[in-house]
Amino acid sequence: MNAKIKIENLNLYYGSFQALTDVNMNIYEKKITALIGPSGCGKSTFLRTLNRMNDLIDSVRIKGNVLLDYKDIYAKDYDIIKLRKKVGMVFQKPNPFPKSIYENIVYGPRIHGINDKQKLDEIVERTLKEVALWDEVKDRLKKPAMGLSGGQQQRLCIARCLAVEPEIILMDEPTSALDPVATLRIESLLEELVRKYTIVIVTHNMQQAGRVSDYTSFFLSGRVIETDETDIIFSNPDNKKTEDYITGRFG
Amino acid sequence: MKAYEKVIEKLLLICAVTATLSVILITIFIFKEGISVLSDYGMINFIFGTKWSPTNGNYGILPLIAGSLSVTIGALVIGIPTGIACAVFLSEVAHKKTAKILKSAVELLAGIPSVVYGFFGLSVLVPAIRQFILPIIQLFNEDASTSGFSILAGAIILAIMILPTIVSISENAISSVPIEYKEASLALGANRQETITRILVPAAKSGIISSIILGMGRAIGETMAVILITGNMPKVPGGMLDSVATLTGTIAMEMGYATPEHQKALFAVGIVLFIIIMLLNLFANFTLHRLGGQAND
Ligand SMILES: Nc1ncnc2c1ncn2[C@@H]1O[C@H](COP(=O)(O)OP(=O)(O)OP(=O)(O)O)[C@@H](O)[C@H]1O
Ligand SMILES: [Mg+2]
Repeated sequence: MNAKIKIENLNLYYGSFQALTDVNMNIYEKKITALIGPSGCGKSTFLRTLNRMNDLIDSVRIKGNVLLDYKDIYAKDYDIIKLRKKVGMVFQKPNPFPKSIYENIVYGPRIHGINDKQKLDEIVERTLKEVALWDEVKDRLKKPAMGLSGGQQQRLCIARCLAVEPEIILMDEPTSALDPVATLRIESLLEELVRKYTIVIVTHNMQQAGRVSDYTSFFLSGRVIETDETDIIFSNPDNKKTEDYITGRFG
Repeated sequence: MKAYEKVIEKLLLICAVTATLSVILITIFIFKEGISVLSDYGMINFIFGTKWSPTNGNYGILPLIAGSLSVTIGALVIGIPTGIACAVFLSEVAHKKTAKILKSAVELLAGIPSVVYGFFGLSVLVPAIRQFILPIIQLFNEDASTSGFSILAGAIILAIMILPTIVSISENAISSVPIEYKEASLALGANRQETITRILVPAAKSGIISSIILGMGRAIGETMAVILITGNMPKVPGGMLDSVATLTGTIAMEMGYATPEHQKALFAVGIVLFIIIMLLNLFANFTLHRLGGQAND
């Protein structure tokens, strides 16, 4: 099986506080990997090492390797712009720009040098169709994205992410701000997307992890306790702590 | 409702009424004093007359309007880009500690009395324009001449004076753009500069525009500094190095020795100033509304 991302002995510190300890993991191509674990265990921190969003925080220090297609993304000469084009991110709170729906989607492609109107139009249509939003918004592409519902906004954010043609999509609790119906729509969207993209998703929702993911990784206090196929993690985990957490017996 | 809440409510009402009443009273007063000149002399003659010479009974204020507008526009041309650049630097580029120090330095600028700015302009800027800027201009136009007391001097000083307003309000607006936008932009592969110019500044535009409008109000109303450095020549200017007189400056300088008719004319100048500022405010509100969104934050 092809490990799209290989994480080796990753340690991360916020100043003197160690948030990740000796994390080793493979993230497989065109699969959904779910990250679960109690609040504050380092899921978001880990996710943000994969597209180097932690670079924004001054106090962060990182040791270890994150190999994307066998290249270390923390190597000095690694192009961070290319990295983020390749590794897209969807955030917990839908965060469309205060611009029109259309402008939201073409923002990324424009940054990466596409200015041809026709091409941009195509991208908008393709990505909105991919997230099943096209029919709902095709008549109001020039309207502010803020006018959409939360679930629509989140799908727009996914479309915006797809517009730069990433290979990997990182999602940090993408449905935690949404109602159950919108959540289900995003989940079925994930099942479509995984045919083309590698997906890593953080979730607090055990059912969600069980429903959508192929692999599940359980984090606890900055360490990965166990990573395995989701079915195994949920039915027959190796580690007692994993079992306790999944069955809700966790403190 | 508790008794003291009622008292507070009444007090607040009194404050609000007093404030509104004073505005109305001032307006009535200015109009009462000045309106007769406008009707006797003729509105058109007054506003578009090119000769301001009160001793000869000439009350054309076009030169004064041109003077005020030219220094104000000049101040904005210099002040807006500088101010926004400073604001971006303080909120996005500088380290937190540096930004804090610089911010208080900029705010300090706001506390300097305007006469000090004027004095600085008089003793530094005016001679500098005569000695350094003029020779450069003369390379292109041999006939150029200037005393140094000029639109340029006024514009530079006013630009510095409005900088604190523009910088602190814009900085605030940029800093309060939700971090989520910035993260979203960076996560799409935008670099810092693209994120600033395409996301942060546009998202902060209503605040930035407010800051510019406040700055503009300050520039057009400024009196002391411009009296000292613009030369006070009521002539329609031909270039940046010409001397001008402004609406405010003229009122301040001439009121003391004005004959009754002249005095009325000066009040009429006040009316014009008043109307210009009202129009600016209206225009400002209109732009903010059209840009949509948080006009009132
Ligand atoms: N910018 C930061 N500076 C210092 N410490 C931080 C920072 N961000 C996170 N931490 C700490 O790192 C640890 C992991 O945080 P992280 O946000 O990754 O947890 P999480 O698993 O995503 O939690 P949640 O499920 O609540 O989102 C926490 O103890 C947190 O307090
Ligand atoms: Mg988190």
